This record gives sequence, C-alpha cells and structure tokens, in this order.
Amino acid sequence: MKYKSQKVAYWFFALSMLLLVLQITYGFIMGFARIGMDGLHEFIPFNTARAVHTNLLVVWLLSGFMGAAYYIIPEEAQRELVSVKLAYVQLISLAAVGVAAIVGYHFNWWEGRKFLEIPRQLDYLVVLNVLLFLALILLTLFKGKRKTTTALVLTMGLLFAALLYIPGMLPFDSQVTDSFFRWWVVHLWVEGVWELIMGGILAFLLIKLTGVDREVIEKWLYVIVGLTFLSGVLGTGHHYYYIGVNKIWLIVGGIFSALEPLAFLAMALFAVNMYRKGEKKHPNKIALFWTLGAAIVSFVGAGLLGFAHTLPQTNLYTHGTLVTAMHGHLAFWGAYAMIVLAIISYSLPNMTGRKFYDGVRGRVAFWTANIGMIGMTMAFGVAGVAQVYLERKFGMEFMAVQKEISIHFVVLIICASLFAVGILTYIYDFYKHGRPTDEALETVESTYL
Amino acid sequence: MLSKQQARAFFLGGTLVTFLIFIGLTIYSFSDGNDQTNYENITEQVVRGKVIWEENNCMGCHTILGEGAYYAPELTKVIERRGEGYVKAVLMTPVPWAPNDRKMVAYGFSEEEAMDVIAFFNWIGEIDLNGFDRIVSPLAKDKQLTNN
Repeated sequence: MKYKSQKVAYWFFALSMLLLVLQITYGFIMGFARIGMDGLHEFIPFNTARAVHTNLLVVWLLSGFMGAAYYIIPEEAQRELVSVKLAYVQLISLAAVGVAAIVGYHFNWWEGRKFLEIPRQLDYLVVLNVLLFLALILLTLFKGKRKTTTALVLTMGLLFAALLYIPGMLPFDSQVTDSFFRWWVVHLWVEGVWELIMGGILAFLLIKLTGVDREVIEKWLYVIVGLTFLSGVLGTGHHYYYIGVNKIWLIVGGIFSALEPLAFLAMALFAVNMYRKGEKKHPNKIALFWTLGAAIVSFVGAGLLGFAHTLPQTNLYTHGTLVTAMHGHLAFWGAYAMIVLAIISYSLPNMTGRKFYDGVRGRVAFWTANIGMIGMTMAFGVAGVAQVYLERKFGMEFMAVQKEISIHFVVLIICASLFAVGILTYIYDFYKHGRPTDEALETVESTYL
Repeated sequence: MLSKQQARAFFLGGTLVTFLIFIGLTIYSFSDGNDQTNYENITEQVVRGKVIWEENNCMGCHTILGEGAYYAPELTKVIERRGEGYVKAVLMTPVPWAPNDRKMVAYGFSEEEAMDVIAFFNWIGEIDLNGFDRIVSPLAKDKQLTNN
C-alpha cells in the first residue's frame, strides 16, 4: 500500500463479503424450494429469494468494484484520495440503500423487472450514491500525477456503468419495449462496460503480479476491451430474438454473439501469456490463482457456455429455461466474482501488513469454491437440457418436467455446499488478515513497481 | 507490430461504430412497418395488468416472453393453454395455489384486477415472437400444425 487513503477499500471489500454470504443463503432457500422443501414460503417466497439473490450479487460486485477503484486509483494517479470522509459516506449510503432494497423485497416493495427490481424511489438514491463515488474517483484521477491507461479504462467502465443505468429507469407501457431497454442496462453492463472494469482490474493485477512492462499490458488491454465492445454491443441482439422485436436481431445477434467468446479467449490468452512472460514474480500466489482463474473461468462460463445457447436455432428451444441459469452462474463467477476476489487477495496483505501469500486456507478456498461452482453449473446444465427436451420437444407440462428434474437440484445443493465451504474459508482468511493499518505502508510495494 | 496508439484507436473506433449501428438497428426495429411489438393493441386495461405484474414481481417465479425465473410456468400463451376461467381462479384464490406441491403466493386479487392481468396475458399472446410462441406452448404448436 502506498497511500493511506487506499485503506477505504478494505471496508468496501468487507461489505462485499457480508453480502456474498447473504446471497449464498438466499440461493440455498431457492435450491431447497426446488426440491419441495419450501417451509419459508410464507415469509420468503421464491420470487423474494430470487430478487434478493440476484440483487445481492449486483450490490456485492459493485461494492467490490468500488473498493477496487479506491485501492487502484490512488496508486495509479500517485496521490491520496481527494476525500476519505466522503468515501466512507458513500460506503455507508451504499450499504443503507442496499439493505433498504432487500428488506423491501420481503414486503412486496419492488419493481418486478428481472435484475432491476430496486423500486424507483431507491433508484434515485443509487444514482446519487454512484455520482458521489464517481466524483471522488474522477477528481483523484485528474488531480493525480499521472493518468495511466489502466486507471482510465477502469474509470471509463465505472462511468459508463452509471450512465447505462438510466435506460432502466425509463417507464414503458409495453412489456416488449420495457424488456428491450432493460437489456440495455443488464446486457451492456455485463457484456460491455463491466468488462472494462474487469479489464482494468486485471491489467492492474498483471502489472503488479507478473512484472511485465506496463506499456505491453496496457496495449493488449485496449485490444481486449476493443474486441469486447465490437462483439458485445451488437451481441445484445441475442436477448431480442424471441421477445417480440424484428427478425433483424436474429441475424445481427447470431453473428456478433458468435464472436463474443473470442474476446474472452483473448483475455484468457493475454493473462496466461503475461504470466509466462513475467520475470519478476510477486510472491502473492493466491492473488495470482484468482487472477488467472478469473481470466480462464470467464472464458469457459461467459464465452463458451454463453455461445452454447446464443445461436438463434438453439436459443429458440433454450430461451426461458434453466440452461440460462447454467451459463449465468459460471459467467458471473468467472468474470466478476473471481476478479473481485483476486483484487481482494492482492490488496489485503498490502493493507493489513499480514502476508498470507501462499497459505493452505487460501488454496483450499480457491479450489473448493471453484470445484463447487463447476459442479453447480453442471447440475443446472443437466437440468436445463432435460427441461428443454421434455418440455419443448415432447410437450410435457411444466410441473411434470420439474418433478422429473428435481434430482438435479439435490446435486446442485451438494455442490453449492462445497462452494459455500470454499467461500467461508475465503472469508475466514479475510478475517484472519486483521484490520488495515498505516504501518503497512510501502512494506511490499517498494520492491514491485 | 501494433502500437499502443493503434490499439487505442481500434478500441475507440470499434466501440463508436458498433454503438452507432446498434442505435440505428434499434430505431429500425421500432419504425413503422418493422415494429412487431403489438403496440397498437395496448389498452389501459393491459397497462393496468402490466403494473400488477410488476408490482408483485411475477417474473420472480414465472417467465413471460421467455424471461423470468424458471420456477413456475411460462405465461406467454397461458390463456390459450388454460383458458380465462382457470387463470382467474389462480389469481383470485385466497389460499396458496399449489399444483404438484409447488406453491404460488395467494394474491387474492379482486375480479377487476384479475381481468386486468388476463388482458395483459391476452395482449402478450398476440405478439409475433419469431416462432418462439410455437415452441413454448404445446397448444399453439398443435394449432400451427393443423393450419399447415
């Protein structure tokens, strides 16, 4: 850690960890409901659990991204954050809005639009919160001694993510238009601007962990985010095949979605090659695991498994089935959850001064969580494919099919338990690092860039 | 070999061009003659139905136009499949509807509210879904086969 204000990041990461535990808890509630154990139905019906599960994901990832920005931007701009106090105000208000939204979901207070369930009144508070965050980051960046590509790409991602929230707040009478512009937020976030954020964090980590020249890493960063946008923006079309808009999207979405895995492949090859090229290896092996893991698992989860159902001919049968849940879980895990866990693993020893660089706990957490998540993905995949054939090909009733496939949810719960053990181990390791301290200033960083 | 400036130009240029094409296609697909969203048939009742649909997060269990949570049936062609009477009963019942043991929240809607939701489903059922309607509803599929 080079600047005292970087410590703010710790508390954003701590909030992330807390929300992640809650997200997993609600995931279990849904998993058990699917095998008929729905004792909580009266208090937490499936739609509440589902809204809480997906919104917590978004909030803990955003909190992780914000923490990453508070850690990375001072170091890249070579100055302290413009205001640490306001950063804490932003943290507390983010947590308050998040908690209000989640409590509200238990009392039927929501918008009922997939992924964007937050009620309109709270939307405005989210906007205020994000504006405060952006102001702090942008001011720090522009007052800083240098403006690196890594910092610019990360900031651009955060800025566009905020701008793209607006189409989701427009009111529409038509379900079709509503859905159309909802994907401007959701798709262009996860397959667009969030990848700028991911790319920015990945570049920062690779510079620190491999010792490869910044110019080389940042040049390839541009190429990768360029490929992401080239395929991802028009790839939005894969959400428009069967929701009631023109057939032109079948062609456009089909072609550009097929290109999307290439961007993820490029990212995976980039990360692995930089690691191979690097001569000055950082001793923080756990951070390296998560960093390379993020690049590789995002290629499998977002790239390959996404492509598995984005061709219009396939999607005609898989649209609206559990096949989507299969892709969704590994994609979010690989691309976003793992990169947040990577930056936490890297920055935590630097903020606290405790160098658990290659501990058993860290390795157990990495492998258990990953094996658990891959198992979950497979369970969803088998259930989804069976659902497609039984329901869509053989015309069986929805609930009859659900009974047939419920065994795969038993497997899902077993794998999810393994995953949860991995995450709890990670969090225990987080806790064992202790609190951030000014004594940790410059202890590690001086030797590495 | 590619320079950093060229890489940046590729990123900025590529993003700008694809985004402009994306906006162009959006305008194209909602323009007269290309719009197939069934917008002209939206009534006030349909809009009221959509509001009820959203306020109760029906998408948190069901799917509609293939979007939702995969826990409860797809409702795109539900009126054609089940008939208005059945759907009305599900919406108005004061005890949780639980076919095959999977419970639905008992919303206990008034008759007027139930009819609004049914109007919304009827409107959804008339949208041209590029063939998805035939896949999603066995009844609609049979109808298509008979027509052919």
